[in-house]
Amino acid sequence: MTSMPMLDVRDLRVEFPGRHGSVTALDGVSLTIAAGEILGVVGESGAGKSMTGLAVQGLLEPPGHIAGGEVWLDGRRIDTLSEREMQHVRGREIGAIFQDPLTSLNPLFSVGRQLIETIRLHLPLGRAEARQRAIALLAEVGIPGPEERVDHYPHQFSGGMRQRVVIALALAARPKLIIADEPTTALDVSIQAQITSLLRKLCKEHGTAVMLVTHDMGVIAETADRVAVMYAGRLVEIGPVADVIARPSHPYTRGLMGSIPTLGARVPRLQQIDGSMPRLDAIPKGCAFNPRCPHVMPRCQTERPELRPSGSGLSACWLNTQAQERAA
Amino acid sequence: MIVFLIKRLANAALVMLVVALMAFMIFRFVGDPIQLMVNEQTSQAERDALRERLGLNESVVMQYLRFVGNAVQGDFGISYRNQQEVMSLIAERFPATIELVLMATIISLVVGVPLGVITAIHRRKWYSEALQFVSIIGVSLPSFVIGILLILVFSVMLNIAPAFGRGDVVSIGWWTTGLLTPSGRAALILPSIALSFYQITLVMRLVRAEMLEVLRSDFIKFARARGVPAWRVHYSHALRNCLMPVVTMTAMNIGSLIAFALITETVFQWPGMGLLFIQAVTFVDIPVMAAYLCIVSFIFVALNTLVDITYALIDPRLRNSKA
Repeated sequence: MTSMPMLDVRDLRVEFPGRHGSVTALDGVSLTIAAGEILGVVGESGAGKSMTGLAVQGLLEPPGHIAGGEVWLDGRRIDTLSEREMQHVRGREIGAIFQDPLTSLNPLFSVGRQLIETIRLHLPLGRAEARQRAIALLAEVGIPGPEERVDHYPHQFSGGMRQRVVIALALAARPKLIIADEPTTALDVSIQAQITSLLRKLCKEHGTAVMLVTHDMGVIAETADRVAVMYAGRLVEIGPVADVIARPSHPYTRGLMGSIPTLGARVPRLQQIDGSMPRLDAIPKGCAFNPRCPHVMPRCQTERPELRPSGSGLSACWLNTQAQERAA
Repeated sequence: MIVFLIKRLANAALVMLVVALMAFMIFRFVGDPIQLMVNEQTSQAERDALRERLGLNESVVMQYLRFVGNAVQGDFGISYRNQQEVMSLIAERFPATIELVLMATIISLVVGVPLGVITAIHRRKWYSEALQFVSIIGVSLPSFVIGILLILVFSVMLNIAPAFGRGDVVSIGWWTTGLLTPSGRAALILPSIALSFYQITLVMRLVRAEMLEVLRSDFIKFARARGVPAWRVHYSHALRNCLMPVVTMTAMNIGSLIAFALITETVFQWPGMGLLFIQAVTFVDIPVMAAYLCIVSFIFVALNTLVDITYALIDPRLRNSKA
């Protein structure tokens, strides 16, 4: 991964001004995704996974806004673009897949109309050409009989099929980056695997970078190349998926892994992380995880750890720093 | 579907029978009709003959049944005041009221829908707050006040629109229309605005509430994430999803607009059914009053039934509920 990353997020900070001062929803998030790479983003609800995706797309709900950092897409800075310019980035360069395929399609327009709308917004095609492309896209995402299905309405499709339509919409203009926010959470388990493998196949074929936001480590393990773990609006660990799963470096990641049931393995009791994630307006000083961490040290309560190399990835924990310092 | 249809129609028929009963009661109990029809020199024999001829000596039930039977055939008797067939009197006035009501409906949609969208999208802007405030005034001001204000400003002070009457009308068969003559169109302006004022505020508030709801939905966020421009997200994707209740309310309200028209017609001396009714009240012209009551109720009931049936057609869940 020596080439320039497709998506480069640097020290991103998102704030929500409120009555009682500003709430920092994202704090110092830095990550990169290369072309053709799938980065999984995991964490508990409210850890800032979806927020990261929305911030990259410029779709933060006001009064939320990017308060610091930079977002670069294919060598171009996009967080400073105007709303009008962002309209051409969204859909054209960044495709989106939402969580619930039952609600993300407009119920009153046929899927063909929604596809053609997206295609013609971003590509210089006539109506007939756009329709041909819409049919080709439906075929590509594995919808049988696309010539007929193109004129059907969303309610005539099953959940899995609708998610395929949503993927077709995300792919409509061959974007450089796809942000998939919990794309399989609302689907049956049997359909989940189909959708993730479809996503993976299309991403590899077209060299599209994918940010796969999910709380499901299983999906990440099957689909992603690298994984970023988020906690309380901060990145705690990022690295190749096999390494992070096999040898999690951050105590929080270890806790996450320990709470996943495995088939075959006879574990007497699943591990759990005690307590819950802090509210964003009451993040503890130092490391945000320190009140729940089994290895907490005095330093963790005062100083915030930075992301440092650990194994093949990066991890933000004083334990690693300590180990490295000892080794040095 | 057929069971549903029969149920709705039976329901409507029942309501109409009750209304007819009330109209009939007016006949019976607002004085003796014979007394109202004859003069003082009429002998008792002549009175009895008239009573016999009009069937007023039969039992109440028989009279009611005959009243309903005649009403179904469009026969509401003869007006006491100008000795004309009540039905032809009403038919003469009907087009005027319908034109006024339709015009008011169109105005309320053309003005109310965009205002609703704008106040929903820019709901924190000062002009949205101002419009919300004005709309409260619109809801609470009685329509005769608005009518009189409009006459004062546009007819008396600015002298740009006629204050009363219907202007010149053209007959197309039994229908008369003011839409084809300049004076007819000019005469329509003020009354239709006065009548639509309340509707505008209703439509605006309804569209606003629906828009706020729809704008929160996922498919709107997804449309934005696909790069659909804001105006298109609002006016095509979101608005279209708001229209069902707007259409319903508009259809239902045509009935109440006809009832409201009574006041507006009086203020503007608009020769419609409402004005006819007011004149009938002043002269105790009972057949006209009864006919007006029946016809307005019929329009109400018919619109409601139609809306119910349309709902069932649009929403498959309503259709299949019997299965």
